[in-house]
Amino acid sequence: MFGLKSASLFGDTKKLEREIDEFVDIVSEVGLVFKSIVPTYLNHSANGKFEEMVEKVKEMESKADKITKDVEHTLYEETLIPDARSDVLRVLEHLDELIGMYQGNCYHFSIQKPNFPKEFHEDLVDLTETVVNCVESLCLTVRSFFRDIKSVRDNAHKVTFYEKESDIKFSSLARKIFDSELNLDQKMHLRYFVEKIDRICDQAEDIADEVQIYAIKRSV
Amino acid sequence: MEITILIFLFGGLFLGWSLGANDAANVFGTAVGTRMVSFTSAAIVCSIFVILGAIISGAGTTETLGKLGAINALPGAFAACVAAGISVYLMTKVGLPVSTTQAIVGAIVGWNLYTGSSTNIQVLMTILATWIICPIIAGIIAMGLFTFTKRVILNRKLHILRLDAYTRTALLLAGAFGAYSLGANNIANVMGVFVPISPFTDINISNVFIFSSKEQLFLLGGLAIAVGVFTYSKRVMYTVGNDLLKMSPVAAFIVVISHSIVLFLFASQGISAFLQSINLPSIPLVPVSSSQAVVGGVIGIGLLKGGKEVQWSIAGRISMGWVTLPIIAALISLIILFVLENIFNLTVSF
Repeated sequence: MFGLKSASLFGDTKKLEREIDEFVDIVSEVGLVFKSIVPTYLNHSANGKFEEMVEKVKEMESKADKITKDVEHTLYEETLIPDARSDVLRVLEHLDELIGMYQGNCYHFSIQKPNFPKEFHEDLVDLTETVVNCVESLCLTVRSFFRDIKSVRDNAHKVTFYEKESDIKFSSLARKIFDSELNLDQKMHLRYFVEKIDRICDQAEDIADEVQIYAIKRSV
Repeated sequence: MEITILIFLFGGLFLGWSLGANDAANVFGTAVGTRMVSFTSAAIVCSIFVILGAIISGAGTTETLGKLGAINALPGAFAACVAAGISVYLMTKVGLPVSTTQAIVGAIVGWNLYTGSSTNIQVLMTILATWIICPIIAGIIAMGLFTFTKRVILNRKLHILRLDAYTRTALLLAGAFGAYSLGANNIANVMGVFVPISPFTDINISNVFIFSSKEQLFLLGGLAIAVGVFTYSKRVMYTVGNDLLKMSPVAAFIVVISHSIVLFLFASQGISAFLQSINLPSIPLVPVSSSQAVVGGVIGIGLLKGGKEVQWSIAGRISMGWVTLPIIAALISLIILFVLENIFNLTVSF
């Protein structure tokens, strides 16, 4: 009654809360899988496992897509959070793009099979870890946007910190690659991969900035 | 019942319609304006509770209004109501949230002037004083509640969606309370002048259920208010909800609840009697302006946020409307009374 459908209002609310939490879990999990994917790829002996992990990322990406659509429909059909729903959907869409970037990286490794000499392995794994930490901090930022608005700024600050660190690590690795004795085509190829991984951090920072603005808008 | 009596009652019903279109919008304006409650839901809840408030608790403010000027002829009451209704309608057209309270007081004073009856200055001053005090109290209540609610929300770490669900429910409940208080406080504006000359007789069913003539009048007035809510309040709701200050749904709730508390305070015979019983000054049972209460609440929240976001020019225009409305209502009242007496040969006072 009264357009509120109170039982279903609270039911929908709980379902949506779960879905949004699940979505952020996926972003975080994809990152953790990606963190293992890079060393697995570099360790050629475990090629079968690598493809298995790529498949897992693909599955998670489809699941995240489905959740985004579900959340979008429910938010608009039930006219929930009218003042913040476009912000919420934009954040979810951008997070979905982030998952897409992880997936894209995995595919590129799988298809193009870049040949990273042993001397770059440690730096590449290190860069990947920083990128994943950056996205982890973004997940915390997004979670705090939904539940604990006061912590958004602190968590977003961590995202910025990791993004800067990732830039430093990217520059250092790119420099090492171009200072090496490799052919230019291989240098370009490796730089492409390093840059693509680093770009995940840039996207994460953009989303964190966005969430901070939405948090200010949302302040009661 | 004579047909002329019905025609005269239509004056009150017209004013009831104005009240529904304009004042009732204050109750749900912020909720509907922020799209937290649909217009239909708001209109249904508002209508039901306005009628309940009018019938159950409408007597207190009616007495006060009766003391201001006891209009003793139906054509006179008709003139006062139509004058008030027209002036509210005109102000609504200009887009200013005014209240039937100010209009009816102006119209009654107009009747007093025309008929040479004395205006009870003490009652008039009490009413005018509440018009200044009412938005201030609403503002203070809003500031206190807003600070408290904000702290609770931040500490409880509620999910944005859970907060949304709670806020919707709270808005509906506060709106229901607001509509009840509006009915209780403002039914006097609509039907008060007809009470001494009510054309109805008490309905007594086996001494168990007595539906007095006054209650029948209030029911009729309540129904007129409901018609006003359904037919004309939508646009006003959006104006109230969005123009003065861009509000969050939680702030919207605070405004509604502050407004409702103020209206309830000035209508509750129980609270007034209680304060008197413990030797505290009692609250005068005066029909206050729901618009003033809402604007007071909105500005209170605006001030808490630093005051920069409040559209002060709009607030100024609204205040000017509050001053001019009773004057306009009094003038229109004089004109209608003149027409009724000199053209239609009707007795406007005894």
